[in-house]
Amino acid sequence: MAADAGRYSLTLSPRTRRRKLVNLLMQALATLAALSAVAVLVLVIVSVAQRAFGALTWDFFTKTAATFGESGGGVANALVGTIVLVVVAAVMAIPVGILVALYISEFAPPRIATATKLVLDVLNGLPSIIIGIFVFGLLVLGSGQAAWKGSFALAIIMLPLIARATQEVLALVPSTLREGALGLGASRWRTVVGVVLPTSIGGILTGTVLAVARAAGETAPLLFTTSIAANVVTWDPRQPVLSIPVDIFALSESPDPADHARAWALGFVLIAFVLVISLGARLLLVRHQKKLEG
Amino acid sequence: MNPDTMQEVAPIEIAQPTEAPLSTADREPVFQTRDLTISYGKSVAVADVSFSMYNHLVTAIIGPSGCGKSTFLRSLNRMNDLVPSARVEGEVLYHDQNIYADGVDPVEVRRRVGMVFQKPNPFPKSIYDNVAWGLRVLGMKDDLDGRVERALTQAALWDEVKDRLKKSAFGLSGGQQQRLCIARAIAVQPDVVLLDEPASALDPIATSKIEDLIHELKHEYTLVIVTHNMQQAARVADMTAFFSLERTESGGHGVLVEYDETQKIFTQPADKRTEGYVTGRFG
Repeated sequence: MAADAGRYSLTLSPRTRRRKLVNLLMQALATLAALSAVAVLVLVIVSVAQRAFGALTWDFFTKTAATFGESGGGVANALVGTIVLVVVAAVMAIPVGILVALYISEFAPPRIATATKLVLDVLNGLPSIIIGIFVFGLLVLGSGQAAWKGSFALAIIMLPLIARATQEVLALVPSTLREGALGLGASRWRTVVGVVLPTSIGGILTGTVLAVARAAGETAPLLFTTSIAANVVTWDPRQPVLSIPVDIFALSESPDPADHARAWALGFVLIAFVLVISLGARLLLVRHQKKLEG
Repeated sequence: MNPDTMQEVAPIEIAQPTEAPLSTADREPVFQTRDLTISYGKSVAVADVSFSMYNHLVTAIIGPSGCGKSTFLRSLNRMNDLVPSARVEGEVLYHDQNIYADGVDPVEVRRRVGMVFQKPNPFPKSIYDNVAWGLRVLGMKDDLDGRVERALTQAALWDEVKDRLKKSAFGLSGGQQQRLCIARAIAVQPDVVLLDEPASALDPIATSKIEDLIHELKHEYTLVIVTHNMQQAARVADMTAFFSLERTESGGHGVLVEYDETQKIFTQPADKRTEGYVTGRFG
């Protein structure tokens, strides 16, 4: 009987106590690691916001840089420049990215699909400065900088992101839906346009928006393609434009402390933009999923 | 043993022919297969199937799991084309034309030979658009509302959905979704409707609605239904084909064992294997 009591004992033995300690320790370490990841983001946002606060004036958003020796001025040209760059890049990259994804998921033989995915991943891994130099050699050399050339470089960065994100949501579309459409006598393409794409539009939008956020923060591809710009606000993609990241770099090199503050403020604007669109993308995805579930 | 066949103790009730006694002699064959063999890569799914499916009859294909029933059915509208490794030998004659001949467009085949799948697969669209989509794609846009209403009525769904046509099809029950899929398939006025275990994911009440529907639909369409539920075959089918698995050293493949009037298959089967299957001795 006494032996049985030991056998069915529910209290900790030394051995299980050790296991329990190890378990607790690892749980604590994992929690700490997760907390520090959150802390880094909070610290970055708070410190940038603190330094940016004083410089976020009306002039900051509406005026261009003051002429040398004068105080005041803003970064309106960089803000508009980034909008132009990103919109033109998105117009270039979104249709191609979605078509590439459709090719992989709907049309390509399995082997070629795998190879294409690999190529996209390699393209995604290319350092952005390399893409900048490539576009410089291809488009800028001999004819000068222009916003659309910067956009072209950004589009190359966005392409694999959009294509891969889209392809992954397309892969989630149940094959029974495709069969249902094909079974009605619809062609492959009508099936894709009428059933497959509408089913996955939420995921495609999310991937696209995240690619836009990434492109908005890129500096390196713009240095060679659109960085030397007149100090005016222009919406013309044929002109070189300043952009937020390039302007942050330029302002932080300036001897004027007011310019440093403006650099922080621009950094804050960029963070806010990326945060808002990432959250917006998430929201879109959730809403779309809800709608699909009826 | 297949759990579906465990309950086959009670004698199977067989649909009483309401019309004149069945005769296939004066009926036009819609499909004739000739030595049809379908393989995926190196493994043969179903081999040397030759039989005819007749106009305005319900033909059931029954047999144990893995005997190639679905593969066979999907070869009738070239749905197997979607599987890159699938290979078809022999002929499938649709009104005397081989649907695998050069120059035959699978899209044209599928618009004449519609399909309803095992799991209800409505599109993520409204109830109305689920039915209207195929019509729009095929350019049957005149009187769209009327066509949608007629298809839903034929599928015995109109009364249940007429007040919520613009609502998502995903809000319907499984049985309603399956009837919607049937409405979608018949809206485009095919010649044949293939049904791949259309009730296997449904409860008994929804199942009996689908079966009633099949009885109605055969007046206008030729139907071929795959089912692993033998009572269902007995209830709905005029003709029944029994497929079985033939073991070989490389695994095994499906073969057509017997094809006859449903009543014969279930009461006086000619083949021992058919008898064993329909009496529930193996499955």
